[in-house]
Parts: sequence; C-alpha cells; structure tokens
Amino acid sequence: MSAADVPLWAALPAALLLICGGLLALVGSLGLLRLRSFFARIHAPTMGSTLGAGCVLIASMLTSTALAQRPVVHELLITLFILVTAPITTMLLMRAAILRSDRSES
Amino acid sequence: MRRPPLVPLLPAVLLAVWLLLNDSVAPGHVVLGAVFAWLVSAAVARLRPLPAWPRRLHVAIGLCWHVFVDIVRSNIGVGRVVLGAARRQPTIGFLQIPLQLRDPHGLAMLSIIITGTPGTVWAGHDPASNTLTLHVLDLQDEETWIRTIKDRYERPLMEIFE
Repeated sequence: MSAADVPLWAALPAALLLICGGLLALVGSLGLLRLRSFFARIHAPTMGSTLGAGCVLIASMLTSTALAQRPVVHELLITLFILVTAPITTMLLMRAAILRSDRSES
Repeated sequence: MRRPPLVPLLPAVLLAVWLLLNDSVAPGHVVLGAVFAWLVSAAVARLRPLPAWPRRLHVAIGLCWHVFVDIVRSNIGVGRVVLGAARRQPTIGFLQIPLQLRDPHGLAMLSIIITGTPGTVWAGHDPASNTLTLHVLDLQDEETWIRTIKDRYERPLMEIFE
C-alpha cells in the first residue's frame, strides 16, 4: 500500500479536504497571535478542533476506504472524542479567566 | 403526553464505540460489546444515577444538521474576524440568556454545542435562575444570538430529553 495506490476519485477530494483543514487550523492559530484579549483568543483555536479536524478526518476516511475497498469509519470515534473533550478545556479556561478577572476587579 | 423512552443512551453509545473500535459487526463482537456495555453501565450507575433516555431521535437528526451548518458558518465567521483583526478588533461580549431547559443531559449537550461552535463559549450557568451566560467573539446583534440558541438548540433538546 502506498500513496500511488489511492484512486483518483478519493485522492482529489482528500487532498482538497487536507488543504482546507490545514488552512482552517492555520487561521485558528493565527487568531492566537492577532487577537488582543484573552476572551477573544479563546475562540480562535476552536476552528482547528471542529471543522479543521473534521476535514482531516473525512480525508482520512476517504483514503482508507479507497485503500481497503470497504467502508472504514473508525475516524468517527476521533470526532466523537474531540467533540466531547475539547469543549471541557475551553469551558474550564473560560471559568478560570472569569474568576480571575472578577477577583482583580474587586 | 410523554412517549415511552427509546433506549438508554449510555449502553447504546458504548456498544457503538466498541463496534467502531473493532471495525466489525460480526455477531461475536455484537454480543461481547453488548455484555461490556451492560457491565460498564451497571458499574457507573452509582457514579451517575440519572440515566439519559433520549426520545424522538428524528429531532436529533435535524439538530445535528443544524449544528453542522452552524459550525461551518461560524468557522467562516471567526476566520474572517481573525484575518480582519489588523483593521478591527472584534467586539467581545457576554450575554445572559434565560433557559427553559432543565434536564442535566440536555444542558450538557447544549454546552457542548455552544462551546464546540467557534465564536461562542459557554461561560457559566446559574442553576437557581436557570440563566446561561454566553460569551460571544463578535457581538453585533444580541437578539439574533438569543433567538438562535433558543430556537435552534434549546427547543429540540427539550423535545429530546424532557
């Protein structure tokens, strides 16, 4: 199995999806640099972990389905776990930031 | 009138995860997965005594579609804000939204949906008054946000979990 074995119908959309996913993750990370306050920055990386990761996972499903010549949907699990865990960190960071800013005000 | 619950959520999800992990729907795996799902559900029942019994799964399909569309849309929105940040920093803001949804599983789902969508983060919930504090990256129109949360997410979640 090598990259050359992937048929064109899977390779083309997969490549496009990988580029899209990479761009989304890049823009999300760029947000960390360009947005000025913490509360604005917390929103940017979510781009990479939602649609960015989604694009990469669909690309992975396409290529492995084409290579194995049967539906391969393992990647749904990664989607599920990211979806369940990523918001928890974000919410914890958010709560911590709110408590800190409350304390510095009083 | 309340319809009878469909399936308990936890064992069903565990079985699905087991089958996906093994990448097979062979009868042996189904049986083994079902046994594991039942054992784990029984073991964690004491940690979380309130089982989730979702109803009306057709509502959930529509909800998933809405969430997907909103994630795509808000990815584009946040991307625009980030790329345009040199010219204009976004106006961040907090919103207070009164909720009717009371079910803890529904609230958990709502928090995942809201935080998972770029541009909005669940910033807190007051159980006494049942108000949700929402943090929005680019707050332009408060009414639209409140309507989106209430109509697109809260109502279907209430139909599913209550």
